[in-house]
Amino acid sequence: MNEREIETIEINLLLEAIYQRYGYDFRRYARASIKRRILNFLNKSGLPHISDMTRVLLRDEAFFKEILKNFTISVTEMFRDPDFYQAISHEIIPYLKTYPFIKIWHAGCATGEEVYSLAILLKEEGLYDRATIFATDIYDEVLSRAKEGIYSLAQMQKYTVNYQKAGGHRSFSDYYHAQYDSAIIDTSLAKNITFAKHNLVTDSVFGEMHLIMCRNVLIYFNSSLQEQVLHLFYDSLPHGGFLCLGSKETLRFTKVNRHFKEVDGQAKLYQKIS
Amino acid sequence: MKTRTEKYEMIVIGVSAGGTEALGKILPELPENFPLPVTVVQHMHPSQDAFLSRYLNERCAVTVKEASDKEPVQPAHVYFAPANYHLLIEENRTFSLSVDEKVHFSRPSIDVLFESAVDAYGSCLVGIILTGANRDGASGLKLIKQSGGMAIIQDPATASSCYMPKSAVDAVDADYILPLDDIGPFLREKFSPVSRQATR
Repeated sequence: MNEREIETIEINLLLEAIYQRYGYDFRRYARASIKRRILNFLNKSGLPHISDMTRVLLRDEAFFKEILKNFTISVTEMFRDPDFYQAISHEIIPYLKTYPFIKIWHAGCATGEEVYSLAILLKEEGLYDRATIFATDIYDEVLSRAKEGIYSLAQMQKYTVNYQKAGGHRSFSDYYHAQYDSAIIDTSLAKNITFAKHNLVTDSVFGEMHLIMCRNVLIYFNSSLQEQVLHLFYDSLPHGGFLCLGSKETLRFTKVNRHFKEVDGQAKLYQKIS
Repeated sequence: MKTRTEKYEMIVIGVSAGGTEALGKILPELPENFPLPVTVVQHMHPSQDAFLSRYLNERCAVTVKEASDKEPVQPAHVYFAPANYHLLIEENRTFSLSVDEKVHFSRPSIDVLFESAVDAYGSCLVGIILTGANRDGASGLKLIKQSGGMAIIQDPATASSCYMPKSAVDAVDADYILPLDDIGPFLREKFSPVSRQATR
C-alpha cells in the first residue's frame, strides 16, 4: 500500500470521527477539495499525519473548531456574477411581483454579501417589504459575521462596479455607511432577513419557498450528496418555484433535472415544473 | 502489455501570461480521435467569460469547452478551468470546482489541478507547464514526476513569459523540454492511435 492509499484511509477515519464526535458530516463532500483543506490544515498545524489530527480532535474541541474554520473558508462578494442578478431581475422578479408576499431561502449564505445583494435588488424592484428572507449556514461564526454586515471598505469599489453591472438603479453608497476601514450595511436591508443555522446535509425542509438561492455550495458536495440536497430544495419549492445556482453549477448531471425547466442557462436559474 | 505511451490517461496543462498564443499553437495539432482528455488551467481575470475555450473550439478538431461541476472526463476533449474557480479532478474521474482561497495569487491554480489529478491518475498522467509569469505549477509538476507521470516543460527561450517554465525547470527533472512549436506535434505523435499502432 502506498502513502496515498494510507492517506485515503486516514481521511475516511478523520471524517468519520468528526461526524460521530461533533455531528458535522463531511463524508460525502467532494473528496478532492476536502482533501486539500485537510492537508492545508495539517501543514499549518505542524502535526506529522492526518491520523494525528483525528487523535487530537476527538478530545480537544477548540482544535476541532480550528479545523472547522479551515474547512469552511468561503470566498464571496456582493453582486458576485452581475449577470446573475440581471437575469433574476428580468426572468424571476416579474413572476414574484404577482404574489402578495414572498418567501426566499438563501442556503449557504456564508458571510452574507450575496443575501444583502439580493435584498438591494428586491428593494429596487419594490418587493422588499413583501419579502421574508431566510439566510442559513451551518457555521455560527460566519452567520454572526453575516448578521453584522460589516465588510472591508476597500472591497466597496469592486462591489460598486458589480452593482452597476448588475443593473443597479441608485448610488451603491446609499446602502452602506463608511466608518474607518469598514463599510457597514444599512440596517434597513437586514429588517426582513432572518439569519439561522441550518445544515443542508442533516437538517430537513423548514418551509415552502418561492425562491431558493444556493450558490457555490453544491460544488463542495459529491454527486450523491448533491442529489440529496437538491431533493431537499425540490421539496421546499411549490410548483413554479425558482432555484438559483452558482454560475458553474448545473442540474444537467442530476436526477432532479427532469423536474425543472431551465429559465436562464447562463445564470443557472431553474423553475420547478413537476 | 501496455507500452509506455499507452499507459497515459490524462494530460494536464498549466499556462499563464502568453497562454492564448501558446494554446492556439498546441491544441489545433490534436486530431479528432485523440485518445486522451486534456485539462487546462489558464490564469485569467476573474470576470472573464468562456471566450478562450469557444475561440479554441472553433480552431480545434477536438472538443474544447469549460469544465462543469461533476462533468465526467471524456477522451478527445479539452477542458478549461472556469475563471475564478479552482478546477479539481476526483478519483471517479469527474470534475469538481471550488472557490477556496487563491493559491499563488491564482484561482484557478495550476497546482490545485495537478495535485488532484495525481490522486485521480497516479502515474498515468502527463503534466505540461507553458509560458507564464508566476511560479504556480512548479510544485504540481514535481508531484506528477515523483508519482511516475511524465513532465513536459516549454523551453523558456520560446516562452513569451519565461518565469513559469523556468521555475518548473528548476523544480523538476523534466522528461522533455520542448520549443513551443514542437509541443503540439509531439503530443499528436506520442499519443495518437496511429502512432500507437506503429509502436506495437
